[in-house]
Amino acid sequence: METAPKPSKDVPPKKNRLKAKRKKPRRYWDEETLTAAGASPGLPRNKKRNRELRPQRPKNTNIAKKSRVSRKPQLPKKPREGRNLEPQRSVSGAQDPFPGPAPVPVEAARKFRRIDKSKKLPHSKSKTRSRLEVAEAEEEEISIKAARSELLLAEEPGFLEGEDGEDTAKICQADIVEAVDIASAAKHFDLNLRQFGPYRLNYSPTGRHLAFGGHRGHVAALDWVTKRLMCEINVMEAVRDIRFLHSEALLAVAQNRWLHIYDNQGIELHCIRRCDRVTRLEFLPFHFLLATASETGFLTYLDVSVGKIVAALNARAGRLDVMTKNPYNAVIHLGHSNGTVSLWSPAMKEPLAKILCHRGGVRAVAVDSTGTYMATSGLDHQLKIFDLRGMFQPLSARTLPQGAGHLAFSQRGLLAAGMGDVVNIWAGQGKASPPSLEQPYLTHRLSGHVHGLQFCPFEDVLGVGHSGGITSMLVPGAAEPNFDGLESNPYRSQKQRQEWEVKALLEKVPAELICLDPRALAEVDVISLEQEKKERIERLGYDPEAKAPFQPKPKQKGRSSTASLVKRKRKVMDKEHRDKVRQSLEQQPQKQEKAKLPRARPSALDRFVR
Amino acid sequence: MSEVGAAESLLALSQQEEVEDLPKDYALSPSEDEVDIDGERNHQKLLEAISSLDGKNRWKLAERSEASLKVSEFSVTSEGSGEKLVLSDLLGPVKTSSSLAVVKKQLNRVKSKKTVELPLNKEEVERIHREVAFNKTSQALSKWDPIVLKNRQAEQLVFPLKKEQSAFAPIEHVLSGWKARTPLEQEVFNLLHKNKQPVTDPLLTPVEKASLKAMSLEEAKMRRAELQRARALQSYYEARARREKKIKSKKYHKVLKKGKARKALKDFEKLRKVNPTAALEELEKIEKARMMERMSLKHQNSGKWAKSKAIMAKYDLEARQAMQEQLARNKELTQKLQVASNSEEEEEGVEEEGDLVPDAVNEIQMDADGPNPWMLRNHSRGTKEAKGQDPEQLPEPVAHEASESEEEEDRPGAEEETLLNEFEERRSLRRKSGLNQDAEPVSRQEPKDSSSQEVLSELRALAQKLNKEKNQSGKQNMSSTRTVPVVQREGPLKAEEEPLLLQRPERAHTVQELEELAKEGCFQNEEVPRPSREGQQTERNPNTQAGVPKEKKRKEQMIDLQNLLTTKSPSVKSLAIPTTVEELEDEEERDQKQMIKEAFAGDDVIRDFLKEKREAVEASKPKDVDLTLPGWGEWGGMGLKPSAKKRRRFLIKTPEGPPRKDKNLPNVIINEKRNVHAAAHQVRVLPYPFTHHQQFERTIQTPIGSTWNTQRAFQKLTMPKVVTKPGHIIKPIKAEDVGYRSSSRSDLSVVQRNPKQLSLRHKKQLKKNSVD
Repeated sequence: METAPKPSKDVPPKKNRLKAKRKKPRRYWDEETLTAAGASPGLPRNKKRNRELRPQRPKNTNIAKKSRVSRKPQLPKKPREGRNLEPQRSVSGAQDPFPGPAPVPVEAARKFRRIDKSKKLPHSKSKTRSRLEVAEAEEEEISIKAARSELLLAEEPGFLEGEDGEDTAKICQADIVEAVDIASAAKHFDLNLRQFGPYRLNYSPTGRHLAFGGHRGHVAALDWVTKRLMCEINVMEAVRDIRFLHSEALLAVAQNRWLHIYDNQGIELHCIRRCDRVTRLEFLPFHFLLATASETGFLTYLDVSVGKIVAALNARAGRLDVMTKNPYNAVIHLGHSNGTVSLWSPAMKEPLAKILCHRGGVRAVAVDSTGTYMATSGLDHQLKIFDLRGMFQPLSARTLPQGAGHLAFSQRGLLAAGMGDVVNIWAGQGKASPPSLEQPYLTHRLSGHVHGLQFCPFEDVLGVGHSGGITSMLVPGAAEPNFDGLESNPYRSQKQRQEWEVKALLEKVPAELICLDPRALAEVDVISLEQEKKERIERLGYDPEAKAPFQPKPKQKGRSSTASLVKRKRKVMDKEHRDKVRQSLEQQPQKQEKAKLPRARPSALDRFVR
Repeated sequence: MSEVGAAESLLALSQQEEVEDLPKDYALSPSEDEVDIDGERNHQKLLEAISSLDGKNRWKLAERSEASLKVSEFSVTSEGSGEKLVLSDLLGPVKTSSSLAVVKKQLNRVKSKKTVELPLNKEEVERIHREVAFNKTSQALSKWDPIVLKNRQAEQLVFPLKKEQSAFAPIEHVLSGWKARTPLEQEVFNLLHKNKQPVTDPLLTPVEKASLKAMSLEEAKMRRAELQRARALQSYYEARARREKKIKSKKYHKVLKKGKARKALKDFEKLRKVNPTAALEELEKIEKARMMERMSLKHQNSGKWAKSKAIMAKYDLEARQAMQEQLARNKELTQKLQVASNSEEEEEGVEEEGDLVPDAVNEIQMDADGPNPWMLRNHSRGTKEAKGQDPEQLPEPVAHEASESEEEEDRPGAEEETLLNEFEERRSLRRKSGLNQDAEPVSRQEPKDSSSQEVLSELRALAQKLNKEKNQSGKQNMSSTRTVPVVQREGPLKAEEEPLLLQRPERAHTVQELEELAKEGCFQNEEVPRPSREGQQTERNPNTQAGVPKEKKRKEQMIDLQNLLTTKSPSVKSLAIPTTVEELEDEEERDQKQMIKEAFAGDDVIRDFLKEKREAVEASKPKDVDLTLPGWGEWGGMGLKPSAKKRRRFLIKTPEGPPRKDKNLPNVIINEKRNVHAAAHQVRVLPYPFTHHQQFERTIQTPIGSTWNTQRAFQKLTMPKVVTKPGHIIKPIKAEDVGYRSSSRSDLSVVQRNPKQLSLRHKKQLKKNSVD
């Protein structure tokens, strides 16, 4: 239906604006026909075809475009002459057309490599070397296996591509909805909820459920794909933020005074009074931690699996109302009014790092799913993108006419910014590249001011909560097309969810393991003995290994007089002292020799030096 | 071997001593031995002779002939003679004596013979033994070194040790490389060849191939399905029969019996018409049964049941009736036949039978009688046969006959048979319908049985007819009643479609007409999509029409904004601008404001941050230790500070730590404190073979959890190092297990014989060997 050109329409033809929404699975015969058609080896030919296709792109035909995109250029079709060409013939005459193990593209395998072989190791004994060799071989095998299993990722991300010179940002939602299939078009909808004020919203980790809370107390949760309402209540209190916990069955709502937790039927399960005046919520799914930022300036970590507060950290920066999590290492980013962004872990009382981002206060922070880039916007109307890998330096920045109040990264690295009643989306070149802030990828105007933004996981959808309700807009290419069925399965049944819950709880990561570089945990702790001791003393408040001071034994017959006690004490002390001196004297000659050499003869006038 | 050398030298020494000892022995001997003088003397003589051989330090024993004052220690006297003793004097007799030559010879012989070595002392012997044993065992054990090494490096060890199973090879591969060697095998092969069985190619025999060709897959499937159905039905009937057999209700059985009797009569009736001879036999049987019944005392009211009923009869109406019934039956049975035929109670079928019965009885006696109704019947039957020649008719009655004969014993069995027969028929039918050529011989066979004189052409025609009939009947049977309505439905549908097809081009012109069409019931399905599509279009039109002005508006806006913003930054071009901004009337004013704001906003922020950073750096720096004591060695008090020199002297400077991570990053403060809690989870002691932490880190770089790996990889990574089979004895490794010959085992047995000898030192040396 989407392919059918409609010349009869009296609409000015919008040229191409084609968005094939990822739906083209790769079939094995695609590859086959390709190879069959071309006798030359696969890769160069592939590229050539690509180049050929690009200029003479047929208009309004999605099929050709799809096929172009569907072919992965990085998956070279290896000619099979490397392996034995003549497979063993069986008596029945059957012949394996593809003998040997399936080939794995080197590029794909490299992605899964973990050992950096370029690093030189100190010389090792044969036994050690054999162990290392085994480990390396294992790693290689595993990476190949992982690369091979990539074949199972059948889905491909969608895309939106303008014709030559056309700006994709001019394509509005209505156009997209018109072009895509019915199922995708149904994902674009507006909820007009003008009564209960600006809305915050949150998608469940599987992307199947949506919860939103209006500022005037309206809380609702629904299966947004089928539009089935799970619950709808009014908490009769201002709702600052709303968030799903590990599954769609639990909802945390930051209300005016306290933090409340509801189940998916709207029944209040808990009221957590230790988290008061919460402004923002974040949930760390692997640690089962609910991080809350409060008006009082506290960052509180609540372990939802046991219901304990793991850490309450005072940020000492006034009211906290900008918070986001780094999905890669579970570090919480807080934005402050003095233009800094601080990074927090529950294990440390102080921030892990502080970055000065803006000249004015920070209004919004977002971190992408790989933990590489952080986008911040400040009161100085700037939007900046930082590199989080060690250096924390800004990569790009641009001034927006009115600073972005809300930022969100999608799974594939698209950046959405809510500015007033407009949502802008920027896209990068590839998956691992930061969004380029030159040209927006999409823009959309809403009926009210943006109050909450989130990309839906595994769906090309951006949910926007605003003063006029909720808008779910289509953003082709936003989400990861392939989900991990064991991790977050949008189609899971209740039973599966329960099983997953148990597994996730068993694999819960301790809160204290949160640190800036999670891979550092796989390193040997090479801290010196002295430092360790010092740290221990610091932690305990006393030295557990310190020798107890000598206490003379009480003696009888008048020999235990005070004087003699003191004498004995002195004796022991002197002895220890002598030992020390002797020890130091033994070390001294070398030192003195060293020290004496550079020194000139002392002059008599030295005594007047003050 | 130095020890051996030492032993040798020791031996030599002892020999010397022995030689030196000899004369002393001799000196002592006369005083000692006096018991047997003769032998002694001889011996002494010999010794004398021997001692005299060695000239230089032997002195001749002087015979004491007379008393002398001085007897030297060695009993040599030079006194009295006044002349010196000359050696030649002493040696003179030696040469002459012949007996001494013999002794000399003997002596030479003795000398030439090696002396028997003295046995070594115990410790040394043991040591030597140990050494030899050690060398042997270490040699034997060194054979195992590669295996030990292999096992140590193996990813997984599986116990108990088993022979490695040969890799799974397709049977074709195995067979193609195999040849008959033994005579038995050859014989078997010959047999196989004779029978055209596949020898190397195990796939199919020619017969099997032929059979495969003969029957298509579908047919085979159908046949199989049929068989399955038959089996299911059979089991069902069996179950039913079993159930019925168990029923204890007397009434039921009574009814059943009556029903059976009735049916038997009916069947008999039929049979009489069709096949009188068989009917006669049947009749005989019936008669016989009746006779038996009459002979028995079954219905005499004398049985146990009857007696009990008689007691009850007084009070119970039913019992009375039952008794009466029985009596009536008895009467009926005991009545004479002629009378019975006249009885009014009998049913119609029975009436007929009654007519027949006497004839049949008589028939046996008067076989040759002419005016016999039975004979008439026979004739008529013959004519019928001649007339009918229907091959179908004939087998059927035969089957009926068979079934009837069995009927009385077990009804269900008969039913099964009929069912199976049915299937057979059907199968044959299908075969016929499928392959006409096949069908012909089959159909031919049937008539041949009945009559062989018929003409082929006739038969063919008949067979074809038959086919048609059977086809129809079979179809109806198979698809039961359901197919019929389907066919009926199809009929009208087709009928409907045809006019529709015809009508379409004329009618589908206007929407109104289409709608009219839609009103008509039969066309509804066909026409609905069209109007809806039309409707969509019409719906869309207003949409698009409404959309156009909107878009136009937006475009106009954008153009305006572009005009406004191009001066500032060209990249904002396509940005939609929030409405609030639009509401600001004076853009330039706003810009200026913003400029000013931006210019001054950050000042204190930056300063604050730098200050904070400085503090952080200071705080993290290691602090110097100041040991100065104010007032020590100089004046102290308020306002007085210890001198700089002193301070310098007593200030212990701590070494500077590593450079901070944020040293060159002005906008960042990175906390240098260690995360102690996380460090508790880190490895702090290097495991054995590693000497540097980087080496170890490399081995633990790959995660092993299932979250990061494919299932296979995960299983491989978490494979246990040693796998044991529960309940199995793990025997020590044997030479055969690893492919050594048993000789090494005998070597090992040496070790086992004296295991104590493998002391610690040996083990060490063994290790050294293994390393080498």
